[in-house]
Amino acid sequence: MIPSNLTYKRASSIDDALALLKEYGDDARLLAGGHSLIPALKLRLNEYDYLIDISKIPELKSISEEQGHIVIGAGVTHGEIVNSSLLKDKLSFFPEAADLIGDVQVRNMGTIGGSVVHADPAADWPALLLAAEAVITIKGESGSRDVSAEDFFLGLFQTAVEDGEMLTSIKIPISANTKSKYQKFMQPASRFAIVGCAALLTIENGTCSKARIAYAGVSAKPFRDKKVEAALEGKAFNADQIASAASLAAEGVSIMSDHFASEAYRLQMTKVFTKRTLEAIL
Amino acid sequence: MKVSVNVNGRQVDRDIEDRTLLVHFLREDLNLTGTHVGCDTSGCGACTVLLNGNAVKSCTLLAAQVDGEKITTIEGLSNGELHPLQEGFKEEHGLQCGFCTPGMIMTSADLLSRNKQPNEQEIREALEGNFCRCTGYHNIVRAVKYAAEKMT
Repeated sequence: MIPSNLTYKRASSIDDALALLKEYGDDARLLAGGHSLIPALKLRLNEYDYLIDISKIPELKSISEEQGHIVIGAGVTHGEIVNSSLLKDKLSFFPEAADLIGDVQVRNMGTIGGSVVHADPAADWPALLLAAEAVITIKGESGSRDVSAEDFFLGLFQTAVEDGEMLTSIKIPISANTKSKYQKFMQPASRFAIVGCAALLTIENGTCSKARIAYAGVSAKPFRDKKVEAALEGKAFNADQIASAASLAAEGVSIMSDHFASEAYRLQMTKVFTKRTLEAIL
Repeated sequence: MKVSVNVNGRQVDRDIEDRTLLVHFLREDLNLTGTHVGCDTSGCGACTVLLNGNAVKSCTLLAAQVDGEKITTIEGLSNGELHPLQEGFKEEHGLQCGFCTPGMIMTSADLLSRNKQPNEQEIREALEGNFCRCTGYHNIVRAVKYAAEKMT
């Protein structure tokens, strides 16, 4: 399988990429790791006259700590996240989740920014970004804007990124006394999430003062479950409390159904993986 | 478009269609047919090569993306003599039909560059993206172990 005819352009900077996007408009698509885009081009699900390669832009490649935040460039690969000692130390569920994406070869190419803008309902990162209350920086011709993860994911393959814009970085607040975990029930061949549960909790003296629980793979749109969060907050963090909070997971949510998992099975697995994720923190 | 790629230590300049996949560039433009096209959908790993030392699936990259970069294929793993991984696959019967072998070896080369003495679990996890349809996984793991021991 070979993509349809296209012209390859390599952007040297963010501004260069934005200028190329403006020049070619709808006929162009940004190419980062290409591990969602190139398979789609080969299957002729998508056709673009121009690909603008942003994977060599140095500004998109760094992971840093700035004033109480971790900032991850859009072009950082899943493999770089797996191996980041800063993230292992400050945001441990990011490297854990990255290690569950695809396989070594996929992780060496695929980028966090590419996965986030693609917004595949079975992708892992959206759940982590929601649980971590990440802020996503989008740059366009008229400058940068920040969008919360909550407002970023609009639905199946839909995000707040508009035509002519690109995602440049992801900013995550870091606070004390937090524990995080990501666990997923995965499709065994593709390792995409059938259910992915991301949890970030603040635990002080055995009490959960803040809970952020979010899901991938369950619904067409990644979501935070505020009923599960409320069932944990302000209470002792123990096995009984975990069991009762997990039983509330994904109630009232529109749940996907496909040949891997029916709606009822997915709902049940959502509760099971909520319990497992929280127990792993306990 | 013109691309200039260092393949197995040799600088190669070619004029190619922009849409050319790396695996076809290697096999058809450079006649390096050791890299195989298996599933052609980023699943099986038969097309694995090293890009600047990192294992990647060459069916899911454009040759244009590696313009100016360094590629190592199975043909460039060693000069003349068998690489310890190749020797390990021979000694431990790590191949049956042999179709997956170049990809298995290149992914293992990436693993051994990062982890000199991987345990069995680490080898199995590293090879998650490589399928052997003869299902000869046990001997493949032994072959990688053999190479790791030989290389220390």
